[in-house]
Amino acid sequence: MQKLFAILVDGTIYFSWLFIVSLGLTLTYGVMKILNIAHGSFYALGAYAAASAIGAYIAGHYPVAGSYLVLLVAGLAAGAFFGFLVERGLLRPMYGRDEIVLVLVTYSAFLIFEDLIKLIWGVNPYFAPEPYGYLGRVSIGGIAFATYDLAMFGLALVIGVLAYWALNHTRRGKLLLAVIHDREISTAMGINVGHMFTATFVIGAMLGALGGAVTAPSTSVAPGIGVDVIVLAFAVSVIGGLGSVVGAAVGAVIVGLARATAVHLMPEVELFVIYAVMAAVLAVRPQGLFGRAAARKI
Amino acid sequence: MRLGTIPALVVALVALVALAPFLPAWAIFMLTVAFAKALVVLGLVIMMRGGLVSFGQGLFYGLGAYSAGLAANFLGVSDAILLALLGAIVAAVVGFLLGFVMARYREIFFAMLSLALSMILYGLLVRSVTLGSTDGFNLPPPSFLGIEVAAEESRTLLYVTTVVLAFGCTMLLHRFISSPAGVISQAILTNEIRVEYLGASVTRVLHLVYVIGASMAGLGGALVAMAAGHIDPELAYWTTSGEFVFVAILSGTGHVAAPLLGMVIFEAIRSFALQYSPYTWQMVVGISMLAVILFLPAGLWSLFSRKRAGDVR
Repeated sequence: MQKLFAILVDGTIYFSWLFIVSLGLTLTYGVMKILNIAHGSFYALGAYAAASAIGAYIAGHYPVAGSYLVLLVAGLAAGAFFGFLVERGLLRPMYGRDEIVLVLVTYSAFLIFEDLIKLIWGVNPYFAPEPYGYLGRVSIGGIAFATYDLAMFGLALVIGVLAYWALNHTRRGKLLLAVIHDREISTAMGINVGHMFTATFVIGAMLGALGGAVTAPSTSVAPGIGVDVIVLAFAVSVIGGLGSVVGAAVGAVIVGLARATAVHLMPEVELFVIYAVMAAVLAVRPQGLFGRAAARKI
Repeated sequence: MRLGTIPALVVALVALVALAPFLPAWAIFMLTVAFAKALVVLGLVIMMRGGLVSFGQGLFYGLGAYSAGLAANFLGVSDAILLALLGAIVAAVVGFLLGFVMARYREIFFAMLSLALSMILYGLLVRSVTLGSTDGFNLPPPSFLGIEVAAEESRTLLYVTTVVLAFGCTMLLHRFISSPAGVISQAILTNEIRVEYLGASVTRVLHLVYVIGASMAGLGGALVAMAAGHIDPELAYWTTSGEFVFVAILSGTGHVAAPLLGMVIFEAIRSFALQYSPYTWQMVVGISMLAVILFLPAGLWSLFSRKRAGDVR
């Protein structure tokens, strides 16, 4: 019973992280049809920006409570800056090329960022544990959990609701949905798809960087932290259906619970389980649980 | 005078084998790895000509390497050619079985499902303590045709074996792309439904193409395992698979010999970048790739075929 409870809470914590990280990826794909491998770089850049910003903030002896704001601002700013740079500098000249070529362009960007990060921050790990420790621990049902991890769930909820509201109940969001459904008709109806692309890519990058920023306090920020994130975010987005916000949430729930279950019951299959679920979903529904099947064109 | 593809490949093969005694050890190693990996890319190029872009060739690459490693360590097989063939056969069998499912997928779904399958293998290997987990394990130096040889000679012989296999497969697959199945696979890329209307089985051709890709990757994996003398789960990781797609696009899919050239150039860029700027080699590779995508959209091979297009017949 207690094990089941632990699985649920761990699954929820993991879900929150996965959802924040995958939402940006799935949104970018939905609008631009670009599978953005550089998403992992944005995650890493966010983590590094947050870690060094918190380090500087703590060194200035300001109250720890303010570090949460520093963390969010640093992550979002890093995402916005580098996202804008990549979209305008790298992707813009490539639109209209083959989908696979665009994947490789983002892959090249990922490789370049991997080394850029080493050039800027060096190869030694960064630590920023203060925001994590400050919240302490809470005991739920006899098991102690870090409050910070549970707060991630709150953040994931806020982001999810905000994304859903922005897409379905604002003018710009509805325009974006139109672009997702049919890019050409949207252009013909007078929507500036170019602006939409920039906005989406920057928002996607900001979400990726935010994911990295909120993770920074609970781990060591070292070179290569973005590599695993990419393929996990792929798994989540693909399970839910690339391009679907609800899909990203459901995918994150499935992967989160599957992994938590495996960790508690059969640690050997932890990684295997995630990709087995991904393969199983793809085998039954190639377009993912919430994706739209494309019509065959003659 | 212009040589046909097959005679040109034979000339290159003879030259590379004849060069073997004069090459320094680092060049022997680099070229062995490059030609072994070129086999994987060759298989991928054959798949891409049919529209299948796999982000999971690491699955078969890893399978080939681990079959060779396990056979060498636990079954006592030490012959390089046997081990290489074993890697190819294991990968081909797994590819044949998976092919029943995979041949139904296209484009991004095919890419994602192949990625998922390769990550399953990675997940299993990372957690298997008996296989050395993330550290992997070492391979004894191989023997050749039943003869034990010293480590130094073993490297040269493995180089010759790899070059012969790589060029042999290139010639075979050059024949394949002009065979009916090869031609149909290209037609599938253009318009799959019309191919079906014409009475050819799209699924069967793609299945065949998938098995070719798998066996080439298995062969390459086994050869790389022997060249490096060590294997670890990284062989099945997504970055490895990504690198193969990377080199396939870099080389171009216009000609079977393109992967050989592309992989040698890629390995050379990487080796020199690693040597002279260990912290920025990925950046060098990334920038070279962007340059190729921007300026040579059809890959490095277009440098040669463009010349041909300018010929007046």
